[in-house]
Amino acid sequence: MSSLIELREIFFQECEEQLEDLTDGLNALDAAPEDADPDQINSMFRAVHSIKGGAASFSLDAIAEFAHEYEAILDELRSGKLVITREILAVFYRAADHLADLISCGAAGTDPDPDALTRQISEIESLSGTGLKPAQTDDFLAAFVPLAMGAEGPAPADVGMKIPHFDITFAPTAELYANGHEPAHLFRELESFGPLKVNVELDINAAWDQSDPAVTWHLNLATDRPENEIREIFEFAEPYANFQILCSQRANPVLPHPMAAADDMAAVETVADTDQLGSGETESPIVILPNQTSKPHAPRKSTVRVDLDQVDELINLVGELVITQSVMSQSLTEHSGVVSRKVAATLDDFKSLTRTIQEGIMAIRAQSVKPLFQRMARIVRETAQVAGKEVRFNVEGEDTEVDRIMIERLVDSLTHILRNAVDHGVETGPHRVQAGKEEAGSITLSAAHRSGRVVIEVTDDGAGVRRDKVLASAIAKGLIPKTAQLSDGEIDRLLFMPGFSTVEAVTNLSGRGVGMDVVNSEIRRLGGRVAIISSPGEGTTISISLPLTLAVLDGMIVDVGDESLVVPISTIVETIRPDASKIHQIGPSSRMIAARDMMVPIIELGQVFGYEGRSAPPNGHILIVVEDEKGEHFALAVDQIRDQRQVVIKSLESNYGHVPFVAAATILGDGQIALIIDLDEITHGISSTTSASGTHKRAYA
Amino acid sequence: MSFEERRKSLKKIEFITFSIGAQDFCMDIILVREIRGWTKVTTLPHSPSDVLGVMNLRGAVVPIVDLSARLGLGRYESTDRDVIIITLIGDQTVGFVVTAVSDIVGLVHDDVQPMPNMGGGSENMFVKGIVTKNNKTLRVLDINNIAATMAEAREIA
Repeated sequence: MSSLIELREIFFQECEEQLEDLTDGLNALDAAPEDADPDQINSMFRAVHSIKGGAASFSLDAIAEFAHEYEAILDELRSGKLVITREILAVFYRAADHLADLISCGAAGTDPDPDALTRQISEIESLSGTGLKPAQTDDFLAAFVPLAMGAEGPAPADVGMKIPHFDITFAPTAELYANGHEPAHLFRELESFGPLKVNVELDINAAWDQSDPAVTWHLNLATDRPENEIREIFEFAEPYANFQILCSQRANPVLPHPMAAADDMAAVETVADTDQLGSGETESPIVILPNQTSKPHAPRKSTVRVDLDQVDELINLVGELVITQSVMSQSLTEHSGVVSRKVAATLDDFKSLTRTIQEGIMAIRAQSVKPLFQRMARIVRETAQVAGKEVRFNVEGEDTEVDRIMIERLVDSLTHILRNAVDHGVETGPHRVQAGKEEAGSITLSAAHRSGRVVIEVTDDGAGVRRDKVLASAIAKGLIPKTAQLSDGEIDRLLFMPGFSTVEAVTNLSGRGVGMDVVNSEIRRLGGRVAIISSPGEGTTISISLPLTLAVLDGMIVDVGDESLVVPISTIVETIRPDASKIHQIGPSSRMIAARDMMVPIIELGQVFGYEGRSAPPNGHILIVVEDEKGEHFALAVDQIRDQRQVVIKSLESNYGHVPFVAAATILGDGQIALIIDLDEITHGISSTTSASGTHKRAYA
Repeated sequence: MSFEERRKSLKKIEFITFSIGAQDFCMDIILVREIRGWTKVTTLPHSPSDVLGVMNLRGAVVPIVDLSARLGLGRYESTDRDVIIITLIGDQTVGFVVTAVSDIVGLVHDDVQPMPNMGGGSENMFVKGIVTKNNKTLRVLDINNIAATMAEAREIA
């Protein structure tokens, strides 16, 4: 309550300032009516408009109505429909004075003179050159919807306004009485709103032995209270009764809805609206009444805003707790021999508790990409509309959880990529039909966890990267020498070069100088990478691979040399202890293994990571057959498999930077750090040197 | 302590002194977060030769730099008595391996003399100045510069 009074006070204070602006503007016009400064008129318009908006919020209808008329005429002045003359200026001054009067009346809580109001309004209206109200669409602030904030006290709300009547039909059922409701109480409460007429209709054909009451009440209530307040009275009775409210005989609304023309149509529409609103709860969300205890609102989900650093700190500490716990149980079993049953049980409890805490805290940080994807859907719709293309938008893997920070920072990049896909990727309808495709283009946004990273892909079924155009454009811009011989993948990668834009005309949607290079650098800043895969005529996939800084990963812990490495379980197909006869030496350094009738190249992890020399004898190797993101199989040679467990992913990027072939790090039970391998980077390094072929090329930018 | 003395002492910058092999150095203590004993580090593949690896510092992965190699004093030979100085440079936590940490000294700005030009070595790039204190010659290290060049080296690697 007090805050509402405060707001009202602030409103009246602001009105003083607005009136001052208005008078200043009038004075300036008075001084030089011939060359009126448009800014001056604009500021006058804004002043009156603010008064109108504020007054409508506080149900100061007289002020709002008058300000509305004033604003309309100022708008004509602004648009040049009205030419300023001495006479008009005089009316303006009078109107400004009247507005000031109305405001002081409102502030004092007294009723203004209704006759003066009508007189002033008609005087202003007579100024309007066309006699019609100007179109409201060009009103830059027209979108506001007046929101009644409690018609309290003797506010001049009902000046010149007939009180609306509500026709209420109320037919109770037997349950109403069974639940202890008494219609008479409800009607009595209604009566507190205003004069109430009650008629009752008895169904004379009703059977005597039927328990349902054969009665229908017809109520007519004259009140200025909004409909939802009436509904509130019947809130608990409504489920047990046939209940209808019709607003009838509503007077011409004194405050025309700004979006509707102030004619009779508005009244009809308002009535229709209230009918449709049904429960009417949304009509006026803030209703504070002096004589009624405020009703409890629907339970809202309460949230707390927490600094992310604090969450990170907690995650780190819980990680340490988990490690300490495992060290503790390890040393207990080591040193005291047989641990008593009680100690073992307590340790188990402790273990599960720490795990629960860890999961809980992880969940705070991770967030599904669903809201992000929904936001993107809207961007695609809007872009497609502007571009005049028909685009179907599909979403996959909405439930993939990604670090909250990632989601926030992905918005701009994804927006850009999707706009590009709609604007440049998907062809126009006729072109698509010509190419033998469906008329509507298709864009798919997908997210998935892949080998310890999150991969977000935008796939369109458009024309693909027009490599000849890209190449020509890059040469024309001097980005590459004329004689350059580039592979398809390298040409695609040119899209990520700073200062590159293929489309000749800068469109409204994309290509405003900010290009894919910005996307690329932003993704890299997140520790990710962008790849583009394109086939001419078939479409383009832009794939963003992001590290999962704080997610948990199922990993297999393996020993290579003196170090432990973590291989993501999701990539592992099988593990084999190979027969020496199955290993074939191919070339000077590469070996292959025949696994399930397939020749799989062997990758020595120790060699990749530079741990060789400290390595165990090569025959003792265990091979882990893995599948990379392209579906190719490789066998990783490791010395020993130690364990399989969930590991907490720790970023290497935050304190150090990107390490080749390493996705992230984790801390093992003994407190040691183990590196999580980035399989795709390793296999990419292998395959790019051996079998880089086909049009579907991958280029890391 | 008189007011004058106190005011004078406030102007002092505290430096932590440490040794690498037989040579003495010091650095601004404001950068130092903590000092830890040597623990085994996890080697990073394809890292610059002076990055020994990463260690676990209460859940954070912290790179450990061989300060001796960084300063061009030869590669570090690990012993159990080595000490790691954990520093916070910008928003990155970095650990430096040194042989021993000896003291904390308060120095006023005038105590630090510019390093005489003795012919370039990578060592001198990272030395801000020189201090003579208690018959010892301390070189003041510019840790920020060390970290910056480390980042560069990483980019190349």
